[in-house]
Amino acid sequence: MADMVQFDLVCPERSLASGKASEVLIPGAEGELTAGPGHEPMLTTLRPGFLRAELEGGAKDFVVTHGFVEVSAESVSVIAERAFAAADVARPDLEAILSEARERMEQAAEDEERHGLERFVADLVHLIDQMD
Amino acid sequence: MPSLKDLKNRIESVKSTRKITKAMQMVAAAKLRRAQDAAEAARPYSERFNAVMASLAASVGGSDTAPRLLAGTGSDQVQLLIVMTAERGLCGGFNSSIVKLARQKAAELKAAGKTVKILTVGKKGREQLKRDLGDLMIGHVDLSEVKRVGYDNAQAIAKDVLARFDAGEFDVATIFYAQFQSVIAQLPTAQQIIPAQFDDAGEENGPLYDYEPSEEAILADLLPRGVATQIFAALLENGASEQGARMSAMDNATRNAGDMIDQLTIEYNRSRQAVITNELIEIISGAEAL
Repeated sequence: MADMVQFDLVCPERSLASGKASEVLIPGAEGELTAGPGHEPMLTTLRPGFLRAELEGGAKDFVVTHGFVEVSAESVSVIAERAFAAADVARPDLEAILSEARERMEQAAEDEERHGLERFVADLVHLIDQMD
Repeated sequence: MPSLKDLKNRIESVKSTRKITKAMQMVAAAKLRRAQDAAEAARPYSERFNAVMASLAASVGGSDTAPRLLAGTGSDQVQLLIVMTAERGLCGGFNSSIVKLARQKAAELKAAGKTVKILTVGKKGREQLKRDLGDLMIGHVDLSEVKRVGYDNAQAIAKDVLARFDAGEFDVATIFYAQFQSVIAQLPTAQQIIPAQFDDAGEENGPLYDYEPSEEAILADLLPRGVATQIFAALLENGASEQGARMSAMDNATRNAGDMIDQLTIEYNRSRQAVITNELIEIISGAEAL
């Protein structure tokens, strides 16, 4: 179908979702973006946030923390280091990731790394707030 | 010649051994299924990850600003061997074959005048390497408490390795593990993870991407994760290989026990008949003497 893209969401331990989607809302590193059919091929990293895919059977929400997305005219592949279906994500999971990131931030010496982690933590806090 | 009683005891003991090996074989078969499923489930991620990395590496690799994880430190003097084995024995030649490969490589590197350091994952490999290469060991990762290997375990190992790399402890890292081919064949494999190597690097047939942020930034972000991904894939392959090796080893053991029981039973019956014949001769000769 011309007005659909192949959507795949994989994380290291399993493949979370795969199917046809009309559009996908992605929390990209430099702002949210919506990828649909015929999108310019692009590669972007993810930041913690909600990812929404308009699948054939209805919209599905996911929570992703880190990874990247490969967008082409026919497909959207999300390769996430950690991803959960929004329905079964638990706050404690995210809080554990958050505290780990905070710990790493404390130890990080280099400015660049620290800066990245600070942003990661801020995004994650925002994400957790949004969940309520 | 052993007495009848001895033979009988022997047969009983082999029978109970056979029960144990049979049970272990069945447990290994069940675990193998699970390990294979896990490896299967993880494949899409690592395949896609590596594909993207390869195309990124191909476009950035040549430049002077390429990250150290990709370009290397410019030297290959200090080599880190990460030897991944099982936590348990009784799995045939599984552990030994990985250790053998690592030992070979270590000998080669030493002959070439390089400095070798060893990091072991899994108790069995450490036990075997401790004897002759103990002084080269710089660390050990214990997974004996881990029931099911997860990405977190791989991440922890990767973190340790990367910290050592950043501290300049080594130039090149290679992982040793067994690739699962079938229940009877596991291929010991050495794979270089730092600096990263890609099979199809240089092959550019994908679409031209827009990068957000820049290519270099994405690559720098992904490379450390690539190390974890490769370690995770190796851990899963190893898990499946271990169970496969154990399954075939235990199958062999069960069969051998069966053969042994047959032999012992024949021997037992022969001696029993010999005893009866003896008794008959004694009775007959006794009767004749009267």
